[in-house]
Amino acid sequence: MLSPVLLVPAVLNGLMTGAVYALIALGLTLIYGVLHIINFAHGALLTAAMFAAFFAHRLLGIDPYLAALVLTPLFFVVGYGLQRFVIGPAAHGDDRNVLLVTLGLAVVIENGLLFAFRADTRTVNLPYAFEVIDLGIAFLPVPRVVAFAAVLVVALVLWLMLSLTDTGKAIRAVAKEKLGAELAGIDVAHIYAVTFGLGTACLAVAACLLLPTYYVNPHVGNAFVLVAFTIVVLGGMGSVTGALVGGLLVGVVESLSGLYLGESLGQIGIFIMFILALLLRPSGLFGERA
Amino acid sequence: MRGASIGQIAVVVVVLATVPLLTQSNVVLNFLNLALLIALVGQGWNVLGGYGGQYSFGHAAFFGTGAYVTAILQTRYGVNAWIAFALGIAGGALIGAAIGALTFRSGLKGSYFALVTLAFAEVLRIAASVAPITGAGVGLLIALDLRPQAFQFQSRAPFYWIVLALVAVSLIVARLIEHSRFGAWLVAVRENEEAAKALGVDATRIKLAAITVSAAMTAAGGGFYAQYFLFIDSGIAYGPWISVEALLAPIIGGVGTVFGPLLGALVVRTLGELAKLVTGDAPGLDLVIYGGVLILVVAFAPRGIAGVLSDLRLRWTRWRAAPERAHG
Repeated sequence: MLSPVLLVPAVLNGLMTGAVYALIALGLTLIYGVLHIINFAHGALLTAAMFAAFFAHRLLGIDPYLAALVLTPLFFVVGYGLQRFVIGPAAHGDDRNVLLVTLGLAVVIENGLLFAFRADTRTVNLPYAFEVIDLGIAFLPVPRVVAFAAVLVVALVLWLMLSLTDTGKAIRAVAKEKLGAELAGIDVAHIYAVTFGLGTACLAVAACLLLPTYYVNPHVGNAFVLVAFTIVVLGGMGSVTGALVGGLLVGVVESLSGLYLGESLGQIGIFIMFILALLLRPSGLFGERA
Repeated sequence: MRGASIGQIAVVVVVLATVPLLTQSNVVLNFLNLALLIALVGQGWNVLGGYGGQYSFGHAAFFGTGAYVTAILQTRYGVNAWIAFALGIAGGALIGAAIGALTFRSGLKGSYFALVTLAFAEVLRIAASVAPITGAGVGLLIALDLRPQAFQFQSRAPFYWIVLALVAVSLIVARLIEHSRFGAWLVAVRENEEAAKALGVDATRIKLAAITVSAAMTAAGGGFYAQYFLFIDSGIAYGPWISVEALLAPIIGGVGTVFGPLLGALVVRTLGELAKLVTGDAPGLDLVIYGGVLILVVAFAPRGIAGVLSDLRLRWTRWRAAPERAHG
C-alpha cells in the first residue's frame, strides 16, 4: 500500500498544490501580521480574481499566465482601495467592526458574482493543460510545475521587497510597533492599505496559476481559503515562513489523505486539523505570540 | 440609556399577536413567521455577541443541530414532535456548551473565536452532507401529519403564535440578562476581559453560560424551521446563510439591546423580499444587499436602529426642554 510508485507522485503533487495554498496563505498572513485582522473577504477576492482571469481568457483570449501581469497590479489597487476607503474608515478602529466589514465584503462579492454569473461552473481549455513532464518515477503536470516555480519567485520577490525597500521596512516597522512607526513619520493608514493590496495581489497571482487546471464558480474561493486559514493558524499568524512551510505541508497531507481516505473525508481532515491547531496551539508552529 | 421594560415587551408581543386575527394572508404570515424566526435566532446571537462581545460567525452550528435533532428523532425513532423539538433545543445547547468549553478554555477570542465557530459550522455541514443518519445529500423529509400534537398545523397562524411565543421568551430572557448580575458580568467581560478578571469575574464560566443560552435559542429556531418547512438538508441547516442572518439582525437592529434583533429581523426580511420583487428568483442579490447594509450600518450607525432611535429621542427631549426658541 505504501509503494513508492503511488507515494512519490502523491507527495510531489501535494507539494505542487501546496505551493498555491501557500501563496493564498501568504496574502492572509501578511495582512494579519501587519493589520492584526483576519480578512474574511480573502476567499471572495480569490474568486473574483479567478473570474477576472477566466474572462480575460474567454473574452480577450489572454493566456492566464500573461493575464497575471495585468491582474496582479490591478488587484493590488483593489486591495489598497478596499482597506483605505472601505475597511479602515468603516471600522472606527474596533477589531470587531473589522470582522463584520470583511464578512460583509465577502458576502457582497461572492453573491454579486453569483447574481451576475449564476452558480455555473466554468473551465478554460488550454493546449498545455494536460501536458506532463516525465521524471521517470512520476509524471508532473506542466501547469502545476509552472505554479510551483511561480510561487517560489513571488515569495522571493516579496521577501526582497520586505527586507530591502523603504516601503518594506515601513511595513515591518508598522507590524512590530504601530505607534512607534507613526511617531517616526510613517503613514500607517497608507502602509495598512499597501499591505492589504499586497495580500490581494497574491490572490491574483494564485488565481492565474489555478485557472489552467481548476474550475471557476462563485464559491470556489471558499475551499481554498479555509485551507489557507488552516495553514496560517498552523504556521503561526503573521509568519511568512510559516505560511510557506505550512502550505506545502497541508498540500502533502491533503494529497496523501485523499489517496488513502477519499475526497470528502480528506476535506473534513483539513477542518479537524484546523480546529485542533487553533485549540492546541493558537500561536502556530512558527508564531511569536498567541 | 433606558433598557426595555417587561411592560414594553408585553405590549409589543400582544400587538404582534393580533396580526393573524386581522389577516389570514399566507404572504403576510409567511413573511412574519420567517422574520420572527430570524428575530429568535438573532436574539440567540445577541446574547453571546451583543452582551458578551464574542462575535460568532458560525451560529449555523446551533441552528442546524436543533433542526437535525428535531427531524431525526421523529423520522428515525418515531419520537413525538414536541419532545423532539425540546430535545433539539437541548442538543443545540449541548453543542454550544461543548464549543464554548473548547474555545474559551483555550483562550480564543476576537478573530480567532469568529474563525473557529465558522470552522465548527463547516465541519458539521460537511459531516451532515455525507452521514447516512442526516439523509446525506438528499436531506430529511418529515412526514406530513397535520395534527397539533405532531407540531403541524393546517394554517400558518398557529405557527405564527408559536414562534411569537418563542420570541417573547427570548425577549424576556434578554431583558432578565440585562438586569441581572450575570448580565453585568457579561458586559464587563465584553468591555474589558482582563479588568473583569482582575475584579474576580470568572470570565470563562460567564462566557460558557452565555454561549449555552445563545445556542439554545438558536436551536429553537432550527427546530421550528424543521417543523415549519418539514424539510432540511445540510445546506439549509448548517449553511452560512443562517450564520449571516443571525448576526445581521442584531447588528442592524441594535447590538446588545433587547429589541434590536426583532427590529433588525423585520428590516432584513423586508430587504430580502424587496430584492426578490426586483429580481424574481435570481439568487444572490438579497445577500448582496445584506452584505452592503451590514457594511453601511457598521460604518454609519454602529449602534443600529435602536441607537439611531435613542439618539433621536434624546434630541427630541432636549429640544422640548430647551427654553423658547430665539426666533419664537
